[in-house]
Amino acid sequence: MQRDDPFTLPPALAELADRSPIGRAKLPDGEPFWLVTGYEEARAALSDPRFSADRFRYHPRFRNLPKELGEQLRGDKARAGSFINMDPPEHTRYRKLLTGQFTVRRIRELATRIEQIVTGRLDAMLAGGNSADLVSEFAVPVPSLMICELLGVRYADREEFQQRAAALLQTNVSVDEAVKNVEAQRAFMQRLVTDKRKNPTDDIISGLVHQAGADPALTDDELVGIANLLLFAGLETTASSLGLGMFVLLQRPEQLAVLREEPARVGDAVEELLRYLTVVSTGLFRFAKEDLEFGGEHIPAGSTVVISLLAANRDERHWPEPEALDVTRVRSSHLAFGHGVHQCLGQQLARIEMTVGYTELLRRLPNVRLAVPPEDVPLRNDMITYGVHALPITWDAS
Amino acid sequence: MRVRADRDVCIGSGLCALRLPEMFDQSDDDGTVVLLRRDPDPDQEAAVLDVVEACPSGALQLDR
Repeated sequence: MQRDDPFTLPPALAELADRSPIGRAKLPDGEPFWLVTGYEEARAALSDPRFSADRFRYHPRFRNLPKELGEQLRGDKARAGSFINMDPPEHTRYRKLLTGQFTVRRIRELATRIEQIVTGRLDAMLAGGNSADLVSEFAVPVPSLMICELLGVRYADREEFQQRAAALLQTNVSVDEAVKNVEAQRAFMQRLVTDKRKNPTDDIISGLVHQAGADPALTDDELVGIANLLLFAGLETTASSLGLGMFVLLQRPEQLAVLREEPARVGDAVEELLRYLTVVSTGLFRFAKEDLEFGGEHIPAGSTVVISLLAANRDERHWPEPEALDVTRVRSSHLAFGHGVHQCLGQQLARIEMTVGYTELLRRLPNVRLAVPPEDVPLRNDMITYGVHALPITWDAS
Repeated sequence: MRVRADRDVCIGSGLCALRLPEMFDQSDDDGTVVLLRRDPDPDQEAAVLDVVEACPSGALQLDR
């Protein structure tokens, strides 16, 4: 949906949300679906086991494909390990193999590495002068390098990894090129998996191969699928949050002043930015496994239900003054990471990346500000993950 | 107030351990919730209610 302003709801979404917390709407191709915009209703839908997350099985885009292409796109190789699209108990098996790697304690142990990565990027930006594109020089490389760390990518391969990851985020490429980039990415991950089978290190893939006690053992396709899922889920979202978060903070001097005066508030500020930005802006797709009643609506089996996290996080029946960004807001449970069994696996990592990222940007770049008028900042309109394509910033030369 | 935790249902989001580390921890093996105490102090009850409400999987329950 088109947005007039990056920090207000798309007008079409706001209109649907005003009308009802659950309503009917139509996809661009005319296919009807239910849209959930209310906070309570979104939580209920995302934790209701009568809804499936299996888009390969139910999504109209897959259902209506020519048979051969459909089978290729939802074949075993494409599905293997992609537990974001699975329901329990299949989903549970993969999730529990990984959750031990993403606990609050485990991620805190990684904080030093996150600080080193952030410091390294800021050193490079400062050495380059007093202006930079925050997206390509900070917001993308920080999560990309952190994923390298988690997956145990060898230092010699990190430059290639970074380039491939950045290529995957490009939008001005042909379909052929995009498919080629995805295939090259799979090949890279396959080499990584082969390496970790032979030469395990202290990383997630080695842990899954050698220590997690998976029974039956995970196949190469599953391991490649898991590695790619961690990349797709962890890169674009975090990069967008860092870029869009700084974009909004640099336009709200009163909020920035709070953070400069009381840096300890950054934890609450991160939660508020997660709520306010909700970069997964197109909503989560779920599908009715059976004919069901939900929120006063009769929803037939196979129907698509889209849960708008963005609208739910601005639901005025739940949030006082939802349209205001207030970094001092009393912490509450936003839905930026989703809800239910699929709630973001990497959320503790995302929190620390944002906390360290914003803190150090404000601390190290004196009087940091936008280098262009806000209206000249290119927006990621009509993308699954909302954000800015680039964010030219400048700071006082020291 | 008494807290119950169902580790079969838990998906290891870590929200409880993040917000109320005095009462909740996570297993190093599978990240699921470990209850450090079942009975919160009276001044912790509001925070416990928030955490139970926030739990994404419904693994935390209250007996009152």
